Amino acid sequence: MGQDCATLTAVQDGVVIELSDAAYGFGGEPLFAGVGLTLGRGSFHFLTGPSGAGKTTLIRLCYADLLPTGGSVSIFGHRTDGMGRDEIAAARQRIGVVHQDCQFLDHLPLIDNIALPLTVSGRPVEPQMQNLHELLAWVGLGHRAEAHPPELSGGERQRAALARAVITDPDVILADEPTGNIDWDMSVRLLTLLAELNRMGKTVLLATHDLALIRAAKAQVSARVLRIAGGRLQLAGADL
Amino acid sequence: MSRIALILGPDGGADRVVPPTGATARLTLLTSAAMAFLAVFALALSMAAGRVATTWADALARTATIRISAPAGEIGPQTEAVLRVLDQTPGVAAARALTDEEQRELLDPWFGSLPLDDLPIPRLVEVTGTAEGYDVEGLRQRLAAEAPGAVLDDHGRWRRPLVTAASRLRLLGGIALVLILGASAAMITLAADAALAANGQVIRTLRLVGARDGYIARAFVRRFTLRAVIGAAAGTLIGALAVMAMPGPGIGEGFLTGLRFRGAEWMLPLLVPVFAGAVAWLATGAAARRVLRGMR
Ligand SMILES: Nc1ncnc2c1ncn2[C@@H]1O[C@H](COP(=O)(O)OP(=O)(O)OP(=O)(O)O)[C@@H](O)[C@H]1O
Ligand SMILES: [Mg+2]
Repeated sequence: MGQDCATLTAVQDGVVIELSDAAYGFGGEPLFAGVGLTLGRGSFHFLTGPSGAGKTTLIRLCYADLLPTGGSVSIFGHRTDGMGRDEIAAARQRIGVVHQDCQFLDHLPLIDNIALPLTVSGRPVEPQMQNLHELLAWVGLGHRAEAHPPELSGGERQRAALARAVITDPDVILADEPTGNIDWDMSVRLLTLLAELNRMGKTVLLATHDLALIRAAKAQVSARVLRIAGGRLQLAGADL
Repeated sequence: MSRIALILGPDGGADRVVPPTGATARLTLLTSAAMAFLAVFALALSMAAGRVATTWADALARTATIRISAPAGEIGPQTEAVLRVLDQTPGVAAARALTDEEQRELLDPWFGSLPLDDLPIPRLVEVTGTAEGYDVEGLRQRLAAEAPGAVLDDHGRWRRPLVTAASRLRLLGGIALVLILGASAAMITLAADAALAANGQVIRTLRLVGARDGYIARAFVRRFTLRAVIGAAAGTLIGALAVMAMPGPGIGEGFLTGLRFRGAEWMLPLLVPVFAGAVAWLATGAAARRVLRGMR
């Protein structure tokens, strides 16, 4: 019921995630402050900035893993500091996240790990089998379906994490350095997947250091580039 | 049937997300089986002691003997006085003076066929109380007034310590049962806590991909409850079979032959796996909530 209302709000005003005057600090000095950011429905944003500037932290605010220490963050029209635990879970079922330190359930084969967001939200996995295998093939892991996560390389884990993030057909995809350990050709391939999903109406926020990747993306999507540095978030100029 | 298979199957249901824990799982099974086995024995012991205490206390309250020793001429009148008193005593169901014939039979094994008529043999009166019993002290005092030669022997001297012992044994059995159940509860709680703490990363991953707290808690709770119930059920079954193998009643009224459960008492051991399951359910749920509270 509440979830349907949230969808409606998001569609109506076109805002999926919104940070207003948001600040975050792990105790002591705030890492960043006064951050305003509106992720409209179907938008594509890159998030860049030096290591340690707070890209991961900002993304964690966007799936309510952290609450802002100042200002507010809203997901699907709900402020995260007012959301109950089940509401957070429900919101996460609509957000695909590629975490920087991709965590899996090591005792389950890859295919089950990628299906995990379906499993935990009570959606049947069987009808999605074809999708699962196509997705695995797309990220170049078709032959690794039965492998267990500890047997995968860093890059393979990142590709698997991306597959897991998109399996539920989420409204939003938050990807934190999804191409950190991946060669150029595969990075472009993943970017193509994200661009394709974006064309289908998904909202994408992608944190990366890789300026070449951002340039390559310009041919595929109209993306905005955000830069976080020195505690501020700014729209990066065209000088990239 | 398929539902049960789904829950019991090692890979069935949502609890696949809980990593298998080989050794811990086997230890939990084994310990709850052992504890259940002990619990069944403590239960049997306690029930049997209780039964013995009741039977003996009952017999104690209900039967007594009055011995009338007096000079030959006074035995008859005093016996009549005693019977009269007994007749008026509330709580006495029946009273009967043994006949010469019966007394001779009692004495025969000891003295052979002596000409007893010539000896001043005390007269014996058999008293049977009602279920409520009679006031022993009151009766004693009245007898002293009406028939000075009458002595009431309520068998208490030798039976009372036995009744006390049986009651103590029942109490000890009960305490043992409580301790065993308490220890099992602590053991299950520790195992659940350890497992949940060790699986912090799994729980966090589940949470991040959108699992609700209830889903995560249920997966762990189901795994642990099943484990505790299956272990306890096996232990209870073996314990019940062992109790059943004890000689049954009717082979003598000794204590050891009374260890078997009687009738509806056989239902009591069924409570042991239920208890184990309830404890596992509560302990795992609490442990899961504790771990989940530490993460968003
Ligand atoms: N849990 C934490 N407790 C304390 N400080 C933290 C914690 N997580 C991150 N930080 C600090 O916050 C700062 C920002 O971290 P964050 O991970 O957001 O940076 P980032 O921009 O993602 O960097 P990178 O590009 O290296 O991934 C860093 O200085 C980091 O040390
Ligand atoms: Mg980071």
